[in-house]
Amino acid sequence: MPPSQEGLQLQLDSALALLRQAGHGVPEAPEGSPEWLQSVIDRLVDLSSRDPLTGLVNRRYFELSLGREVDRVARSGESALVLMVDIDHFKRVNDTWGHAVGDQVIQLVGQTLADTVRPMDLVARIGGEEFAVMLPNCPAAFGPQVADRVRRRVARSPVTLQSGQQISVTVSIGGAFAPQWVRSTPTLWMQRADLQLYRAKNNGRDRVCLEPSAMPQVSAEEKGMLLAATSWQDLE
Amino acid sequence: MNAFATPAPGAAKVARVTAITSGKGGVGKTMVSANLAAALARRGERVLVLDADLGLANLDVVLNLSSKCTLHDVFTGKVELLDAVLPAPGGFSVVLAGSGMLEYSRMTPEVREKLLESVKELRPRFDHILLDTGAGISDVVLFTVSLADEVIIVATPEPTSLADAYATVKVLATTQPSRPIRLLVNQVQRPSEGRSVRAQLQQVVDRFVNPSLAKPVQLDLIGDVPLDPTVREAVQRRVLLMDSMPGSEAAKALANAAGRLLAED
Repeated sequence: MPPSQEGLQLQLDSALALLRQAGHGVPEAPEGSPEWLQSVIDRLVDLSSRDPLTGLVNRRYFELSLGREVDRVARSGESALVLMVDIDHFKRVNDTWGHAVGDQVIQLVGQTLADTVRPMDLVARIGGEEFAVMLPNCPAAFGPQVADRVRRRVARSPVTLQSGQQISVTVSIGGAFAPQWVRSTPTLWMQRADLQLYRAKNNGRDRVCLEPSAMPQVSAEEKGMLLAATSWQDLE
Repeated sequence: MNAFATPAPGAAKVARVTAITSGKGGVGKTMVSANLAAALARRGERVLVLDADLGLANLDVVLNLSSKCTLHDVFTGKVELLDAVLPAPGGFSVVLAGSGMLEYSRMTPEVREKLLESVKELRPRFDHILLDTGAGISDVVLFTVSLADEVIIVATPEPTSLADAYATVKVLATTQPSRPIRLLVNQVQRPSEGRSVRAQLQQVVDRFVNPSLAKPVQLDLIGDVPLDPTVREAVQRRVLLMDSMPGSEAAKALANAAGRLLAED
């Protein structure tokens, strides 16, 4: 008997069909009871937070977690790192081996990322061949080491095809630390990491680029331009 | 955007919060804060200046005020925040930092929480809140700026001030959500000097900072204040320039800057 709330007949057929299709099954509690309904909702929440191909959390859930981390960092002053990870030349994999192999590569890279970081870290698939990792409480001094370990682990983990043939892929990684002490936004944090990912791609791929420092330094070149007396007069 | 600074849709009007900072000390930041507040008050605005220079507060010196109820007392739970809001000469209100704030020259989570709560509590009661921050780029200054809707950087045409103002712009632009960054050039010797300083800063920002930003920084010059002996005199006598010499060139420039600020609202 479908549950009814104050005369409203709930239509749960599609929801239950989705759960079955996703392999979540249907809760065991007596159908229509509040426990049963809560369980259906919990499973739907889980379903809408995950990427079906890799089982990792999706972009929506990642951004939500990032927002909480921004608040936490603003309060605690702890150092937290976000890495954006992109599979190099993924189109080539798809074009050469087909989409099924492409999917296999994505699954393996996702699995490798999840296996390489700490249990407290969050790995998400946020786009086609793009992943993101949030590492709370990651001291700035360890950032490069952690990111490079991820990169090397992927490079050393080839995908074995049904034919027995092995193909290996590499990733480019960009990273940025959350600004400490200030209230930033998840979007801004991801943009900064993304900018570093572009740098890693442009510098030849299969490499890590981290934002140099949360406190940008002023270079001699900048000071020179700022204080150039000649251009000073020219601007009059 | 800063979730704290942005009022919820449909909420009652709350104060616009402006952080006033300078890369370098000794450029007249507190003098500017106090006189801008007085100029805004003359235009009928309800204005509060909060001395957020927790390490080296001197708003009390500029305004010749002393109080037993300061931000320090609020933070240590001795008095309620609203008891620390004092009337200042010039028709605005102040919250003084108080001595003993030196221990807060580094941001602990408690200080951040208290500063944030204080600004939140004051917002519905005023039209404008000016946060007079310390100089430099300490975590106290960066946090204070993050509580504001906009920031005014006070600089002088001196090379050291210019270099520090640039460093401040760069840090703010690259580490915080974008907000208007305004520039007030103090102690100018020629009428066009404020514009030159802005152009020079903007040129370097365009070259070294903006290419990496989603939203480029455009510095907004809200005014330049001439090097004027009356300023020194007012500071020495510990009176407000807007009160004691409202007809002076410097006072007129500060009044114009207040007008510019209101026009941007």
